[in-house]
Amino acid sequence: MSKDILVIGGGIAGIQSSLDLAEMGVKVHLVEKLPSIGGKMAQLDKTFPTNDCAI
Amino acid sequence: MPNKEDNIRIGVFVCHCGSNIAGYLNMEELGAYVETLPHVAFAKRNLYTCSEGGINEIKKAIKEQNLNRVVVASCTPRTHEPLFRSSCAEAGLNPYLFEMVNIRDQCSWVHMQQKDDGTAKAKDLIRMGVAKAALLEPQVPIISEVAQRALVIGAGIAGMTSTLALANRGYEVVLVERGERLGGMLNQLNKLGPTMADASAFADEKVKAITAHPKITVFTKARVTEAQGFIGKYKVDIETESGVKKIDIGVIIVATGGRLLVPEGLYNYDGKKVITQLEAETLLKQGLDKGVNNVVMIQCAGGRTKERPYCSRICCQTAVKNAMLIKEQNPQARVSILYRDMQMYGVENEEMFRDSKAKGIRYIKYEPEDPPQVSDGKVSVYHSLLGRKIDLAADLVVLSTPIVSQDGAEATSQLLRVPIDDNGFFLEGHVKLRPLDFATDGVFLAGSARFPANIREAVAQGLGAASRASIPLSKGSVVVEPIISILANEDACRGCGLCVALCPYGALEIKKTDKGRKVHIIDVACKGCGVCASTCYQHALSVNSFTDDQINAQINAFLE
Repeated sequence: MSKDILVIGGGIAGIQSSLDLAEMGVKVHLVEKLPSIGGKMAQLDKTFPTNDCAI
Repeated sequence: MPNKEDNIRIGVFVCHCGSNIAGYLNMEELGAYVETLPHVAFAKRNLYTCSEGGINEIKKAIKEQNLNRVVVASCTPRTHEPLFRSSCAEAGLNPYLFEMVNIRDQCSWVHMQQKDDGTAKAKDLIRMGVAKAALLEPQVPIISEVAQRALVIGAGIAGMTSTLALANRGYEVVLVERGERLGGMLNQLNKLGPTMADASAFADEKVKAITAHPKITVFTKARVTEAQGFIGKYKVDIETESGVKKIDIGVIIVATGGRLLVPEGLYNYDGKKVITQLEAETLLKQGLDKGVNNVVMIQCAGGRTKERPYCSRICCQTAVKNAMLIKEQNPQARVSILYRDMQMYGVENEEMFRDSKAKGIRYIKYEPEDPPQVSDGKVSVYHSLLGRKIDLAADLVVLSTPIVSQDGAEATSQLLRVPIDDNGFFLEGHVKLRPLDFATDGVFLAGSARFPANIREAVAQGLGAASRASIPLSKGSVVVEPIISILANEDACRGCGLCVALCPYGALEIKKTDKGRKVHIIDVACKGCGVCASTCYQHALSVNSFTDDQINAQINAFLE
């Protein structure tokens, strides 16, 4: 069985999944239909309740 | 102050953070000022230093300008220091030759109305950062092995899910439950919304899988009484009926759950005619008595008060689910739900809420200033649409009380050195960046131990915590920050042990050496908090990247 993993969608959920899997040592292919990853999160300014910059 | 190296070349990147910094400080002035600081060989302003473009500029400047120190003046190191450090490393610079200056959270954000003062403060902060950066020394990360075994505390649905997920990945798991049996609160539930699956069948399935799994060791009627160590190397004592077991553990998941508030003294609660939703689950499991034709449920009973200001979140869906099940057992029953606000998030909950109205379940809003009154066989409540008090017949009153923090949560928090919040729930490392991790590496959390969670959420968190815990397990080793205490001047140490007594992490010990009693630092356990270095009257201890010289340089720069 191929051990590579495909993650579809580069929003915050897809990014976090990809990062955690990669940290576990698995090769991840992250596919996003838009020119950049980040999804909705990349369009936000500050995020509640900590006021961290979304980007 | 002269540096050991002759040719210090510092690159300073001043971030606009969109308008977060640039909107409140004079960036042009700041940019020009930075260039005048000692050792600054390169200065640049970025719209977002953390963007791909900004990062590339750091890397490019390190190479092209031969930089050997980097300072970024921007947001908080809490979120962005790791990124900037790794960018330095990618360009071949030791990542600990990086210094971050926060000109946003404690500067531009708090001086929004004082552009000149804010800008002057930012100059001070950057000057101090640059002064420190000049004295930074390269550090090498510490690598420590991880014991291939997880400890899960609490065998409710979250803990059971984590245990199975880790064991199915091939890791040994020790599951500790203080009760007699596995299952936690799930054992007391009847049917699970929104699918109305049987709770005990669901619990049995999990318990069977755990009991049969060769990788899982279960201890019931057991408690964790000691957990010394740090990520990868915990020495855990588990007190069981057959004595204390000492086990080496790599990672720990806290899934100790919550507890339903028993509303003593509220709404005439008696556990018979006035009961909690959890007691209603038991009644429904046994089958409702024939005489129960009028049921009134009261939401936020003991919840969203001064004492417990939070919304327990899962009581609304529980009430609607149980109201539907009452109607199913007795279609003639009149069920009224008295509420403050209905919290029915998600697709299925909203659908169930709509169905419940179609089935004739009544919803009446009450105000917390004028709560319903429960007396024998009836509940009176002010009906805001009718503009008067109405009486509802009640053979049974069900109080939707909130989930409160687990008994013993505070003891667990002290044992594992992890924090709890004002309401006694465990506090994660970061709401969004580390929702299932504690700030302490190697300790994770799931389920109602953090905040009231329904079954679906507890399962999701259980899987998530197991996934996070798998990272250090699968790597087999962890890289620990080298920003730790060091015995900088061994001759000065008299082995008094003051630092050992004060260390909150158990990272120091006194050892006998050829030169007498000396302190020894367990480097992987040290968090670099600096308590020891700041209390050592002999100045024998120091902290990497926070040495006396570096801090003095910052203070002197401030006073310039």
